[in-house]
Amino acid sequence: MKYVFIIAGVLLLVLNIAALLIWVERRLLALWQDRYGPNRVGPFGIFQVLADVVKIFFKEDWIPPFSDKPVFVMAPGILMITILFTFAVIPFAPGFEVFDSNIAILLFLGNSSLGVYSIVLGGWASNNKYSLLGAMRASAQMLTYEVFMGLSLMGVVMMADTFNMREIVEAQRKIWFIFPQFAGFLVFLIAGIAETHRLPFDIPEAEGELVAGYHSEYSGMKFGMFFVGEYLGVTLISAIIVVMFFGGWLGPAFLPPIFWFLFKTFIFIGFFILLRASLPRPRYDQLMEVGWKILLPLALINILITGAVIIFI
Amino acid sequence: MLSIFRSLWLTFLHAFHKRETVLYPEEKPYLPPRYRGRIILSRDPDGKERCVACNLCASACPVDCISLQAAEDKDGRRYPEFFRINFSRCIFCGYCEEACPTYAIQLIPDFELGEYDRQNMVYEKEHLLIDGQGKYHGYNFYKNAGVDMGVKGKGEGENEEPPVDLKSLLP
Repeated sequence: MKYVFIIAGVLLLVLNIAALLIWVERRLLALWQDRYGPNRVGPFGIFQVLADVVKIFFKEDWIPPFSDKPVFVMAPGILMITILFTFAVIPFAPGFEVFDSNIAILLFLGNSSLGVYSIVLGGWASNNKYSLLGAMRASAQMLTYEVFMGLSLMGVVMMADTFNMREIVEAQRKIWFIFPQFAGFLVFLIAGIAETHRLPFDIPEAEGELVAGYHSEYSGMKFGMFFVGEYLGVTLISAIIVVMFFGGWLGPAFLPPIFWFLFKTFIFIGFFILLRASLPRPRYDQLMEVGWKILLPLALINILITGAVIIFI
Repeated sequence: MLSIFRSLWLTFLHAFHKRETVLYPEEKPYLPPRYRGRIILSRDPDGKERCVACNLCASACPVDCISLQAAEDKDGRRYPEFFRINFSRCIFCGYCEEACPTYAIQLIPDFELGEYDRQNMVYEKEHLLIDGQGKYHGYNFYKNAGVDMGVKGKGEGENEEPPVDLKSLLP
């Protein structure tokens, strides 16, 4: 019974945060562009999300006749499932965790790799050249960044001596891993942006070139799932950064641990939005070049030095 | 690399800048008194319609939103039998005001033309005609025109000389 409550709580929390992020992002972008953004529906426009959801439910959900129907319908579902499944291993607070797994990080990495299927299948099933181009770019980008996304976390794993996220948070009682693992943090942050294909790395859905990339043909709630999936991905990456490098729920005791976790997560979500507000999109080959020629060696050197320090000191 | 952080920081600083947006329905922008928005028809100082139904405004209109029908009263003075402006087409360009020889058609600082029914955007003469003279006070077309329309006698207008007596030999 306790598990049902925790699962329901996590689902409610995560889905509400992701939905709210649609509004938060528009307001923050407006703030940084000297505008107001949506401020008409409810106080500060906070019910804009509700209005958007009602609108998107009543829109025509068009499945193109030239598409591969079962795959087309399945693709957005895969994205939602893989991301929501990963939230199961995230320790929001002591005891507030669906699944205290001892392979939590591997589960996260595996699931985010599975998420590539959603995009590749969605782009392929759309039977549209722009969708396919977007899907090809997405798969190359995500596979590239997957490699050192995992490697960048290995420094933390070596220092905490565990794959369990709860124990990793516990291991940061003395010092947050951001300080000894700064290089790992940098690589993970960049890989995380590329992994969620948020701007400036939104090359798979570059509007200027590819209409909307892999979800050009999607409409109605299927598009909505891709859309919310993106925000879920942002929340997930922010949560993982907080767990791995910023001490998770740890913080001064005058506020509950869940507050500290959400507070730190929101700071990173804000940072993701700030990136979108300020940086232009790199070219596709530049993205690949930075990935393979700079970030991968950096992650490997980080592991090497961390390993040397652990063994010899 | 440094420029990336610089642009991040500069963008972040915009959080403390003043917002450019004017929250329109609550906060109206200032419009100068001679701002050119919606069209009206004005009257001359005697309270009669200035419009002489010459059709110049209708032919100047680039979107063909003006239509009117000329008629004559018992003095032979021309007036529009109907004067209809379709404001769902009007683009507030002001060519009609420029074309008008009698200062009848004028643009006023009202641009809020929202309606729930499209037909309500079509204004008839009774909606367009105002009681005042608009921007040009004291102007009466027939005081400047050469024709006698009961406003003044022949040769009594402004900038007008009395008619020449063709039968006289004096210079």
